[in-house]
Amino acid sequence: MFIIYCPYCCEYREEEEFHPKGQAHIERPKDPEACSDEEWGDYLFFRDNPRGVHHEMWVHAAGCRKFFNVTRHTVSYKILETYKMGEKPSVTAESVAATTATPESVQKEGVRA
Amino acid sequence: MSKVATFDTRAEADLPVATPMAYSFAHSGAPAVTPQSRVVLRERPLQGHLILRGGAIVLDEAVRKVLGINLPGEPQALTLDESGQRSVQWLSPDEWLVIVPDGEAFELETALRHELADAHYAISDVSGGQTLLELEGEGATEVLMKSVIYDVHPSHFKVGKGVTTVFAKATVILRRPSETRWELVVRRSFADYTYRWLLDAGDEFAIGVER
Repeated sequence: MFIIYCPYCCEYREEEEFHPKGQAHIERPKDPEACSDEEWGDYLFFRDNPRGVHHEMWVHAAGCRKFFNVTRHTVSYKILETYKMGEKPSVTAESVAATTATPESVQKEGVRA
Repeated sequence: MSKVATFDTRAEADLPVATPMAYSFAHSGAPAVTPQSRVVLRERPLQGHLILRGGAIVLDEAVRKVLGINLPGEPQALTLDESGQRSVQWLSPDEWLVIVPDGEAFELETALRHELADAHYAISDVSGGQTLLELEGEGATEVLMKSVIYDVHPSHFKVGKGVTTVFAKATVILRRPSETRWELVVRRSFADYTYRWLLDAGDEFAIGVER
C-alpha cells in the first residue's frame, strides 16, 4: 500500500484514491502526418520499462481528480517524488546514480523482497 | 451577462418531490432515535448544489459579492456563512462546491453569472445528482473510522475541513462544519448503499434516523 503525496491536495493520501496512468512525459509528435510508421508506433505503443527510477503519471481519481507525476523506483517501489503536471522532475535516474550510496541499498532491499 | 441558456430545475407545478433517501427510508428501514443513540443520522434534503469551476481570483470576487462567503483558496478548506446554511468547499485547484438551502440555487447561479460576465468559468447545477447526509453525536467519528479510508481523528480532521475520499468503496465528500457534526455529500445513485452501510456500521452505536 502506497501513501502518496498529492501535489494538488498538498496531503498524503492512501493509494486506494489513486489510479496509475502509465509513463509520464510522452510527447505527441508535433506533425503526425510527417511521422514515419516507426516514430508513430513508438509514440503510440512503446513504453519504457526501466529497472530503477521511472517517471509515471497518476490520477487522484477519488480526490481532486487531477493528474500528476510520480517518480518511483521500480525495484524498491519507493516513491521518490511527486510533482505537478508540466513540471520537471528533480529526481531522475542520473541524479540518483550520482549519489551512488542510495541506489545500491535500494536495489538490495528490492532483491530481498 | 453571459449568453448561456439556464433554467430553474425545480418544477413550478406543485408536484410531489422525492429526495434520494425517500426510497431508503421506505425500503431499508429507519431506526428511531432512542436515548441510547450515540449517533444520529439525518438527511438535509433538496439542497441546492452548484459546482463552480474557474480561476480562484475571479470566482472569489463574485462569490464574496453574491454570497458574502470567502472562496476557500487552501486545499480541503470549507467555509460557511454565519447561519451555517450556505457553504463553499474546495474540491480541486479550480473547482468548488457551493451548497445553499432549497430554492436558492437558481437565483444564486443567475446572480453569479451576472457578476462573472465574460470571465472564463463554468457553473453546473448538480442538485439532482447528490444529497447531503448528516451524522451527529459522540459515536459519529467512530462510525466514520469504520467506513472511510481518510484519517478522521479530530486531531487531523479539524472543523472547517472537507475532503473527497473513499467511503466503503464509494466516493463521498466528507466535511466537518462543526465540532459535533459531520456531513457526507453522496451521489444519488450511491445514496441507498451509503445509507444501509451507515445503518449497519452504526448499529453498535444504536444509530437513529431523524426524519
